[in-house]
Amino acid sequence: MQPNQHLRILTISSMLMLVLSIYMVFVYAPLEIVMGAVQRVFYYHVASGWIGALAFLITLICSILYLATRNLKWDHVALSSVEIGVVFTSMNIVSGSVWARPIWNTWWTWDPRLTTATIMWLLYAAYLMLRQSLENPQRRRTFAAVYGIVAFVSVPLTFAAIRIWRTIHPVIIGSSDPSAEGNFEMTPPMRNAFFFSLFTFTFLYVTLLWHRIRLEQLTVQVAAMQSRLLNKLST
Amino acid sequence: MPKPANSQRPQASFWRTVQAIMWKDLTSELRHKEIVSAMFIFSLLVVLIFNFSLELDRATRDNVAAGVLWVTFVFAATLGLNRTFAAEKDRDLLDGLLLAPIDRSALFVGKMLSTFIFIIIVESIVVPLFSLLYNMSLFTPLLLVVLVLGTLGYTVVGTLLAAIAIHTRAREIMLPILLFPVAVPVIIASVQASAGILEGNALGNISGPLNLVVVYDIILFAIAIMTFDYLIEE
Repeated sequence: MQPNQHLRILTISSMLMLVLSIYMVFVYAPLEIVMGAVQRVFYYHVASGWIGALAFLITLICSILYLATRNLKWDHVALSSVEIGVVFTSMNIVSGSVWARPIWNTWWTWDPRLTTATIMWLLYAAYLMLRQSLENPQRRRTFAAVYGIVAFVSVPLTFAAIRIWRTIHPVIIGSSDPSAEGNFEMTPPMRNAFFFSLFTFTFLYVTLLWHRIRLEQLTVQVAAMQSRLLNKLST
Repeated sequence: MPKPANSQRPQASFWRTVQAIMWKDLTSELRHKEIVSAMFIFSLLVVLIFNFSLELDRATRDNVAAGVLWVTFVFAATLGLNRTFAAEKDRDLLDGLLLAPIDRSALFVGKMLSTFIFIIIVESIVVPLFSLLYNMSLFTPLLLVVLVLGTLGYTVVGTLLAAIAIHTRAREIMLPILLFPVAVPVIIASVQASAGILEGNALGNISGPLNLVVVYDIILFAIAIMTFDYLIEE
């Protein structure tokens, strides 16, 4: 497989955007008056949570497309997206914990929003384990696609939880529960930094996904070469 | 849904197929008695362990009874679900079942209902025993409704995932890992509804979790029916 020029441009520009977003989050955005420096976690916390949900949505769509068409490329996208989604969901949970320690005075609480996010993480960890434990490649792809669909039931629940049940998790975009703790109003520079980090992470997601899909295609190519070599050796 | 090549062959009606598969499983269980007895003994063991790990005295009992009951049933049901396709898989009978000119979703519903009946049998022995051992009556009609609805949701998704887990390496380990995170919402809602009933709340106060159980039952059943075909076509 030849190196891809477009992908190289994408990689370099997402790196530059990441550097710029670090500047915006730590220097450009003003200090929040009540919470102080720890509020800056918010910009990446929300962005990584968004990427987690987006990645699992992509997995759902590609799983359905794989079952409908049996085209290998959908399976590659689905798997790649889950791996990236699990990494970003972990970042989301850990960064939330760092913020919660000074604001809620605890690392963790069994709030509905936190609980559902954890369940989501466990579901997609199970997805990856399932793929590991199936040997027949055809069966692995089909079963993973079915599990990718079943698992996605939890993602809207994670989003709905904050609105169905009473929760202490703040809602910055849209109206918040009165019992939420740690709410604040965004000033225009904060808003800019926030949307820029959202945009950067989405860009980064696309870049990573592309890299990961290419890696998966290379894996398939190597496996095909190996079996061809073995055939040649045995004859 | 792709039409199978043999669609010209006569197909048995949906419910007759479901009945036939249930009857097959129930007869086999009646002769071996391995699933229900294993689930029953296991339930007693779990209740015993809870009794000493939580020190279930009068005061604690009222608060945690619903949780203890549901955890017991979930663990026991997982044992039964692990066996759902095990007999067919071990004796290579799955292909035989698939060769029969039957609707695949009828196969799913039949398998699901027979497992459901096994679990309900175990529950109907354990619930009176639990009431007897802890001197608290669990026989409110509403609680029985919650038990049936919650068990139904758990069995539906459990049967679907058992069909996946049966093909994995170390299948007994994979089933709970796949199943628990998917089933957690239905379990949480069932525990909340049961706890509400045991505290003596009226129907109005527990309608939230109860609705959630029903909604989950419907969503999970729809997904299971739509995806089961893909799991067994190989």
